Amino acid sequence: MSGIRIDAIEKRFGAARALEQLTLDVEDGEFLALLGPSGCGKTTLLRIIAGLETQTSGRIFIGGRDVSALPPRERGLAMVFQNYAVFPHMTVYENVAFGLRMKGATAAEVNKQVERAAGLLHIEPYLERYPAKLSGGQRQRVAVARALAVQPAVLLMDEPLSNLDALLRLEMRSELKSVLNSSGTTTVYVTHDQTEAMGLADRIAVMHQGVIEQIDRPQALYERPATRFVGGFVGSPPMNFIDMPVKAGLARLGDFTNPVSTGRDTITAGIRAEDIAVVERGGLPFDVMVCEPLGATLLLTGRVAGQLARVAVRPDAVVAPGDRLNLEPSPGRIVWIDPANGKAIGQAA
Amino acid sequence: MSEATVSIRLRRVMFWSGVAMLCAWVLVPIYLIALGAFGGRAGVFRWPKNLLPWDSGLAAMQAFLAVEGVWTAAVNGALVACLTMLFSLLLGAPAGYALARYRFAGQDAFRMLVVLTRAFPLAILALPLTVTFIRTGLYDTPLGVALVHTALALPFTALVSSSLFMGIPRELEEAAWIFGCTGLQAFRKIVLPLALPGLAAAAIFSFVISWNEVFAASVLTVRNRTLTAYLLTVLAESPLHFRFAGGFLLILPSVIFIFAVRKYLFAMWGIANR
Ligand SMILES: Nc1ncnc2c1ncn2[C@@H]1O[C@H](COP(=O)(O)OP(=O)(O)OP(=O)(O)O)[C@@H](O)[C@H]1O
Ligand SMILES: [Mg+2]
Repeated sequence: MSGIRIDAIEKRFGAARALEQLTLDVEDGEFLALLGPSGCGKTTLLRIIAGLETQTSGRIFIGGRDVSALPPRERGLAMVFQNYAVFPHMTVYENVAFGLRMKGATAAEVNKQVERAAGLLHIEPYLERYPAKLSGGQRQRVAVARALAVQPAVLLMDEPLSNLDALLRLEMRSELKSVLNSSGTTTVYVTHDQTEAMGLADRIAVMHQGVIEQIDRPQALYERPATRFVGGFVGSPPMNFIDMPVKAGLARLGDFTNPVSTGRDTITAGIRAEDIAVVERGGLPFDVMVCEPLGATLLLTGRVAGQLARVAVRPDAVVAPGDRLNLEPSPGRIVWIDPANGKAIGQAA
Repeated sequence: MSEATVSIRLRRVMFWSGVAMLCAWVLVPIYLIALGAFGGRAGVFRWPKNLLPWDSGLAAMQAFLAVEGVWTAAVNGALVACLTMLFSLLLGAPAGYALARYRFAGQDAFRMLVVLTRAFPLAILALPLTVTFIRTGLYDTPLGVALVHTALALPFTALVSSSLFMGIPRELEEAAWIFGCTGLQAFRKIVLPLALPGLAAAAIFSFVISWNEVFAASVLTVRNRTLTAYLLTVLAESPLHFRFAGGFLLILPSVIFIFAVRKYLFAMWGIANR
């Protein structure tokens, strides 16, 4: 049992607030991704869970045990640091073995675990080298191997794959996922790469300026963002946001109308680029500015009533900049957002 | 010959002449002192100088070493220097660690204060210090001199070790904590090995500071003189070649010491040590 419970954690650095009343539950064995832009407090939260930073207020439970005041070594977790923190005066082997040695594991056990972890991360050829003679990506893998070697119940990872090339990252990602899955390790994985979060996580927590905007399964997060920020941050291209005037419970723009329930006189429609069909007539008028063939789709960038929008159409569609298209969003997939507070309307929370 | 090879050649010539100059800067004075020390009474005044300093052999040196009290003074000086090294490291390194790792109110002022202690003229302190030392029984003991020398060397060790510890990323220690170390274990297993070369260098410098210091050593001792203080009093009226022999003996320990730990010094300066 090693779920993590974060209870109303707040962290201030002087006057600046890095985390605001943050509450979060990570279930035993779950893989949770912390996703958010640079400076939103991901590392700070991770460091508080690890006990490297003291929270201003709030409590942390790991496996039901209040660890708020315990030093890092007594919290029973392992961590991969954003800047690796590989020990420069030890060989790769000794680095990976460090946690096991501290636990007093037998030589045979150390050897076995080091070899397993090194194999997983493809660093066997470097085991006798010193970190100074490794590339950034190799060092990063040493840092991950060092954390995996101790077979922790809770694993905290701060952008552990950020320095790998695209191909290796994809491979490492799937290996990490299968290893952590089979060992049932509770994982908190920090990243600002949303495809990584989508691919790896059981659930994603999207952070923004020290608060969690939404926690949900990747697909739900993608389809039903709770706020405008989430819609714009998750998914590539980001969600389109089109403001529409509302009259008598009906949002209307061009020939497109849709009943909405709002007291305001404008509403923002959040629409994914691929949830839009091109129709003969009616719908939203769309002036094409740029066409980008992406292989699987053709991505059009243009304007709807002066507002920037992106539409994904079939790759063989014949469109040129300057064309005017008529767009019909599929009504069921539109996320209606209150423009005043950026929150989605009528969504079961 | 292309322009590139010319410029490479030029650079090589400049490099080696730079090396030669630096070597000469250090070695020529030592060489001249050695000439004086081993050249005997006549050698000191002879011109042109002999290239090899051995013409009167070790006579002057032996004569000098036979002077009463030189050996005890040398042993005293070494003892004081070692004590200074020990104290300034034991006190300075933790101070440096605190300056590097913890934020506390008045930190910058403290840092400034550490340097300011060097600005305090020792001459003003001499009388009260002597009185105090006589009262406490520290007067004329190696320990007493070592304490004053520690005060002189401490700002240096504290500041050098603080910049040393600052250069060791805090995350390395944090990683050690995560993987099961207590604060002390993390310090011993991670910080100390990484800081050792620099600490060794700082220790040697405090040794040298103490070994060369003459004022406090002269004022605070009567019979248990350090070599520097002893030479100052005894050799003032000695023949020149004796003084050279004394000077040579003074230089020797520093040179040997630095040679012995050159590996660490090189490591501190980022030069590969294999
Ligand atoms: N030691 C500190 N002192 C003062 N402010 C800090 C400190 N550490 C972090 N902060 C501030 O707290 C905020 C959150 O920082 P944090 O490192 O958690 O961001 P992050 O989400 O990890 O960003 P990135 O993706 O760039 O790593 C930032 O605004 C940062 O400036
Ligand atoms: Mg970070």
